[in-house]
Amino acid sequence: MAALNGVSTVIQLDQVNKWYGQFHVLTDINLQVKQGEKIVICGPSGSGKSTLIRCINRLEEHQAGSIVVSVDGKPIELSNDVKNVEAIRKEVGMVFQSFNLFPHLTILDNLTLAPIWVKKMPKKEAEDIAMSLLKRVRIPEQALKYPGQLSGGQQQRVAIARALCMRPQIMLFDEPTSALDPEMVKEVLDVMVELAKEGMTMLVVTHEMGFARSVADRVIFMDRGEIVEEGPPKEFFANPRNERTRTFLSQILHH
Amino acid sequence: MSQATEAGPATTRPAMLPPTVDGGPLAWLRKNLFSSWGNAITTVLLVACVVWLGSFLINWAVLKATFSAESGKECVGTGGACWAIINAKLRYIFFGSFPYDQHWRPLFAILAMLTMLVLSCDRRMWNAGRLAIIWGIGSVITFMLMFGQIHIPVTLISAIIFLASLAAALLRRTVADNTERTVYTAATVLSGIYLILRVLGILPSYSVPIVLFSYVETGSWGGLAVTMILATYGLAFAFPYGILLALGRRSNLPLIRGLCIGFIELIRGVPLISLLIMASVMLPLFLPSGTNIDKFLRAQVAVILFAGAYIAEIVRGGLQALPKGQFEAADAMGLNYVQRTTLIVLPQALRVVIPPLINTFIGFFKDTSLVLIIGIFDFLKTASQALVDPLWTGFPGEIYLFAAAVYFCFCFSMSRYSKYLERELNKGTQR
Repeated sequence: MAALNGVSTVIQLDQVNKWYGQFHVLTDINLQVKQGEKIVICGPSGSGKSTLIRCINRLEEHQAGSIVVSVDGKPIELSNDVKNVEAIRKEVGMVFQSFNLFPHLTILDNLTLAPIWVKKMPKKEAEDIAMSLLKRVRIPEQALKYPGQLSGGQQQRVAIARALCMRPQIMLFDEPTSALDPEMVKEVLDVMVELAKEGMTMLVVTHEMGFARSVADRVIFMDRGEIVEEGPPKEFFANPRNERTRTFLSQILHH
Repeated sequence: MSQATEAGPATTRPAMLPPTVDGGPLAWLRKNLFSSWGNAITTVLLVACVVWLGSFLINWAVLKATFSAESGKECVGTGGACWAIINAKLRYIFFGSFPYDQHWRPLFAILAMLTMLVLSCDRRMWNAGRLAIIWGIGSVITFMLMFGQIHIPVTLISAIIFLASLAAALLRRTVADNTERTVYTAATVLSGIYLILRVLGILPSYSVPIVLFSYVETGSWGGLAVTMILATYGLAFAFPYGILLALGRRSNLPLIRGLCIGFIELIRGVPLISLLIMASVMLPLFLPSGTNIDKFLRAQVAVILFAGAYIAEIVRGGLQALPKGQFEAADAMGLNYVQRTTLIVLPQALRVVIPPLINTFIGFFKDTSLVLIIGIFDFLKTASQALVDPLWTGFPGEIYLFAAAVYFCFCFSMSRYSKYLERELNKGTQR
């Protein structure tokens, strides 16, 4: 089993490759994430950025290389072993572009489902945690409604609370604001900024460059399945070294 | 949405009311029935037809009808319906050739099944424990009444004890104290020894008899009780079985998927009648001589297998309608396959397919009448058999209308229940 490089490294990707049929989506990805680090991944559509973070909790399977995630300080390598996959998923929360709340359950039941069934937490305790998280994302009054009765921004905040309910060490965000109306983007980003300030380890796929500037420790630019460039946001935005990065930034920043 | 209440009213302008519809039945008539010459003529013609047909029906079914008579001869020439045949044959139609003085037994069995069905229609009863209690008690009452006595083989009892204590010992091995563990071990060992001795043929087969009434074999069952047992237990078993088939068909394991596809296609590809004939005529040829599986049970199994294949395809439709994101969200939260399926996937998939599902249920309720092919006297068969009586020949219209009315009551209730269920389950999820 591959070891983690250094004590505080929580995710380590070594030479990760993935194909969809003949199409090479991820090429030789190497990435190390330290505890508490905030990483923003950006890039044109189809560049493999979503696939990359979905490989970390095995929603997608990588075909070559290794992915190691630290669970309770122990390094666990992603493999076909279901036990390993489930252990990692307990530690890694995920927020999706299209929220993916469970429409047949109330907001509260959406939040308490995983703690009760996966962590075998008593119902009362799970509900207390859920309510405190709903307060944190500022919608405790919606607890007994169904997802369909909430606005997009509210739904995404519920989705964040739902992921946090499992008390994960790492949070993955897959374009969390892309499906939202413009006026709702801010309420979701505010919650994410707060979360970042509390020291959560975050991997965020997003086009919100303002968020990247103010929160990220590192910005990663991906194109055609490769990590083309990475660096602290200041450097990344001021002097992008690679031509492809410059083109991408000019396209999304000046229009 | 709560956003609106947070923001408050945007202006102080008074709210505009929708335009009032000018009322009155006359206005309604003019607007809907007499808006043009063509419309008016159609209305008049249709009303005339309905009146003519209605008066004919009332004349035939009520005014000129004979309600009680000694024999069919008294009905001839009246020009009205002969409901007397229903009156005279009612008990035969409902209970078939069940011993005449014991007719109360199938009657109460029917009531027990109805109670069971009505109770399990209530959403509050939808958890495994409550349903098990309702169906357990209901089934024991039903079959106790129908058979009159039940002989439970000790082999079966000890097999159940063996499996249950083994499962309990495994499931509670971490939490059980010493006494509890001893009980499990003792139960497992004792029932295991009995089973081994029984299999080796050292012990004869014992059975525990519960004798309440005289024994009535399935060959004498008939009428509504037979139809209801076939439909109720047919669908009660076919439903979970069909769900498993549907899940199997979408499985990643090629062997399971192949088996499920093969089974579904094979069963759907043959008519129910051929399956029934196979079960009643061909199956005994393959079984070793001396083994005798009840004909009724064989028909019941054929119905279950057939309905299961159809239900599987409907459920698969529901599974496919579910967005991929739901599976992914469940996976990302760390739910395992069973949790994901029972908590997230099935509750959503099944509510999408309520209309086609109830449609199939209604179809199968009526399809159970095909068992008359292999000589089982279901409700439709006993009804038509009533016509064979030489005293009452020549009134098929009345008999079949009556049978149709009874079938309609059941099917229409199912249809209404489906509507109620759709509304009930979509309550919170609609905006």
